[in-house]
Amino acid sequence: MNDEETLQIALTVNGERVTRTVTVRQHLVDFLRNELGLTGSHLGCEHGICGACSVRVDGAVVRGCLMLAVQADGSEVITIEGLSDSGEIADLQERFVERNAMQCGYCTPGMLLTAAELLAKGKPATREEIRTFLSGNFCRCTGYHAIVDAVESTLNRRIGGAGR
Amino acid sequence: MSDKTTLTPLDRPNSYVGRTLSRTSAKRAVAGRGHYTDDVILPRMVHSAFVRSPYAHARIGSIDVAAAKRAPGVVLAMTGAELKDMCAMSWHGVLACFEGMKAAHQYPMAVDRACWQGEPVVMVVADTRARAEDACELVAIEWEELPVVAEKTTALDPATPAIHPELGDNLAFRKTIERGDVDAAFRAADFVIEETFEFGRHTAVTLEPRALVAEYDRGTERLTITTSSQVPHMIMTVFARTLGLPEHNVRVIAPDVGGAFGMKIHSYGDELATTAAAIKLGRPVKFIADRLESFVTDIHAREHRITGKMAVSRTGEIQALEIDDLSAAGAYSQYPRTSVFEANQVLTITGGPYKHQNYRGRTTVVYLNKVPTSQYRAVGHPIGISVAEHLIDRAAELAGIDPVDIRRMNVMEDDSYPRLTSTGLKAQDMSHQACIEKLMKAMDYGALRAEQESLRRKGIWRGIGLATFIKGTAPGPHGFYGLGGAPIASQDACVIRLEPSGGIICAVGVTDQGQGVDTVMGQIAATALGVPPDQVRVIEGDTDATPYGGGTYASRATAIGGEATYQAARALRSEILRLAGALLQADPSTLDIVDGKVVDAANGTFRISLAEIGRIGHFQVAELPDDVQPVLSATRRFRLLEKPYIFTNGIHGAHVEVDVDTGFIRHLRHWVVEDCGRVVNPLLADEQVRGGCVQGLGGALYEHCVYDDTAQLQNGTLADYLVPMAAEMPDIAVDHVQTPTQETELGAKGVGESGTGAAPAVLMCAVNDALRPFGARVTRQPMTPEIILTALGKI
Repeated sequence: MNDEETLQIALTVNGERVTRTVTVRQHLVDFLRNELGLTGSHLGCEHGICGACSVRVDGAVVRGCLMLAVQADGSEVITIEGLSDSGEIADLQERFVERNAMQCGYCTPGMLLTAAELLAKGKPATREEIRTFLSGNFCRCTGYHAIVDAVESTLNRRIGGAGR
Repeated sequence: MSDKTTLTPLDRPNSYVGRTLSRTSAKRAVAGRGHYTDDVILPRMVHSAFVRSPYAHARIGSIDVAAAKRAPGVVLAMTGAELKDMCAMSWHGVLACFEGMKAAHQYPMAVDRACWQGEPVVMVVADTRARAEDACELVAIEWEELPVVAEKTTALDPATPAIHPELGDNLAFRKTIERGDVDAAFRAADFVIEETFEFGRHTAVTLEPRALVAEYDRGTERLTITTSSQVPHMIMTVFARTLGLPEHNVRVIAPDVGGAFGMKIHSYGDELATTAAAIKLGRPVKFIADRLESFVTDIHAREHRITGKMAVSRTGEIQALEIDDLSAAGAYSQYPRTSVFEANQVLTITGGPYKHQNYRGRTTVVYLNKVPTSQYRAVGHPIGISVAEHLIDRAAELAGIDPVDIRRMNVMEDDSYPRLTSTGLKAQDMSHQACIEKLMKAMDYGALRAEQESLRRKGIWRGIGLATFIKGTAPGPHGFYGLGGAPIASQDACVIRLEPSGGIICAVGVTDQGQGVDTVMGQIAATALGVPPDQVRVIEGDTDATPYGGGTYASRATAIGGEATYQAARALRSEILRLAGALLQADPSTLDIVDGKVVDAANGTFRISLAEIGRIGHFQVAELPDDVQPVLSATRRFRLLEKPYIFTNGIHGAHVEVDVDTGFIRHLRHWVVEDCGRVVNPLLADEQVRGGCVQGLGGALYEHCVYDDTAQLQNGTLADYLVPMAAEMPDIAVDHVQTPTQETELGAKGVGESGTGAAPAVLMCAVNDALRPFGARVTRQPMTPEIILTALGKI
């Protein structure tokens, strides 16, 4: 197969219709970053471990480095930029800032995408459950404690103080 | 804790020092609007990729790049020999302060011989990274494999070939420290404890890999490098000298840096090669290390085998300590900081908290055909602290006293400073006793011990660990780099100015990698000046815009850069009051600056705003008397005068549970009480400690660069090299004792590494405490289930 072979794809990214011709080997995050300028999704390992590239595809958080751009044809993709602009996680972002739940910020978009999925369940979670849920996202700076605090306090506020 | 009786600006009610402020860049980071090196996209930009040595040691025969050059999108293919021709100097990683040290000269890419698996050999530049990688596959190299030196314990055997024949053997460095009468103390001791420890090689694994974009303007002969670095000025100097360019024509920008931890204070061959490509091509070239090449090119650290021996009296008094350390550098000594710092640190900090005065330390560093090692967060401390804390726990057991009591008995007393440590370093302003007592309360130590006892009866094996430490922070020019001859600044500087709007621009030589250095500098400047923090903008990470400084390494940003900022802001305050005095016809000493306004010092009455002084000073200068020339800015530099470091101290506590059937360790809870002097921003300081702990715990539990006997890395992916994730890590309680350093007016010491330094030690102590009823001991890190089960005799 020719790696440089191209295909046209049409998808929705952060609510905008996008049509592009892409090389078949390009993964989704390279597409988002290089073709669309959405640099909030980061690459940490490009083999599906670190979670820095997490994006939402058709409602589910996926590893953007393990999905080809052509596989996203017809999909609805939400990146940190879209998630942020929509206001869906404004409370979580506020807690992250207040609690200093990020240092270098490189893991943060992926961490927020994953945490948003937990928050969207709307169910109480213990710190251990939060830690387990976030365990596919590598953070080298914080030691996780502050991130767990920020997610926990957002969750508790959303569900009205239950689960304290 | 301060002895100072006069009220300094730092203690005033409107001081921002000691207050938690959110980081200025945090809101941007959570919106995904951070700006990292890979986010830089420039017109006509091309991408480099590297053919790397597949062998740990091999001679390079012919190199055929013809097919690569013909591949789609390729604009350049360059061999190591061609790059050498562009270099004005080789890299020689020695420092004069390490007497007798030997190192081979190195070029940024291998020239006729590759000395480690991963060493760059050929660079290919193409219009996309993917195409550059495709073309790398087409490069044909004739390799002749050479004997590999993979094992440190036999590296100095006469039968082992020298990696670099010109050095005679594989010895990099050897040093001994001897104080007191060690042999007499051992002869007189009631107990002698001896143990050999192994520490696995590991690496930084910054989530953002190394990254660089270089652009060269042939018209102005300006080279601009954007790179994920802690030390932009050092990169400017080293790259300019290596490529034979005038330093003042080189600009280095460090934008947002996605993790660094000491790994990004070094110069790397692939980054220099990419810069050379930009010069050769006259167009921007980007290099982003992928994760696989990060594992075989980012500096490694911590490969040590060390024997420790402690002499102890029947009552538990330490009488002497002796260590003999053997560590493995890689194939070269990393330029310009060398690969022997870690060994030297182990030598000088092991047993550092304790007051005995009989000490002998020996260290030997050898070269292996592996990735070069060098400074990584808490250089040497995890090793030295683990050794001493393990030995003191064994001493407690033999003497029949509690681990906390033996530490209470042996630490240097809080009222005994200034003094020398057992290894002969000048120490002052430390607080071991206060830290221990604060930790005991935080842990509820007695209750934990009681619970441990009752759980043991139920077959639940929990352990409690303690680890006291000292940490060398903020090195001065008398220590290493300056005296050693390296182009690395140990001073740092701040240029601060008043703008026409009344805003303050504060440009600093220290840099931020997410710690909040910019926020902290802003807090210090605002406090020293008397303005709100949002009136101050801090600039860092750009050699064109900031004064020459060392950047951020060795926990120096707040201690050294913070003092420079404090002094510069105080000087600007004097300048503003001088101008205010001239305008108001008042004696400047009767005026003060509070909340961004000049007021009467006596009663706080408003006199003139900073904006008004800025406006007059810049635009309406005619309103000033002829003999008053506004300067409106100040520059100050700061360096340590005499001491090699500002030492910090503290103690960790850990509570673990060991599953004796599976060998798994559950880390239940972690505590730290440390003394970083004056805390500028409590939240940011605590988070430095927490993050540092987990980085140390990674090395203690999981992280290990595993090599086979041909020096091939066996686990160079994130799937195989394990790092700590959220589920395995505990909550970490952090507290401080604040003993300001007398070296500065600010009083801050370093805080970034005290978590990493002692966390491996406290974990090993806790695990051994859990295993004590089985008579089992673990002295290897990482403490994998296999190591635990082996210690228990189960496998």
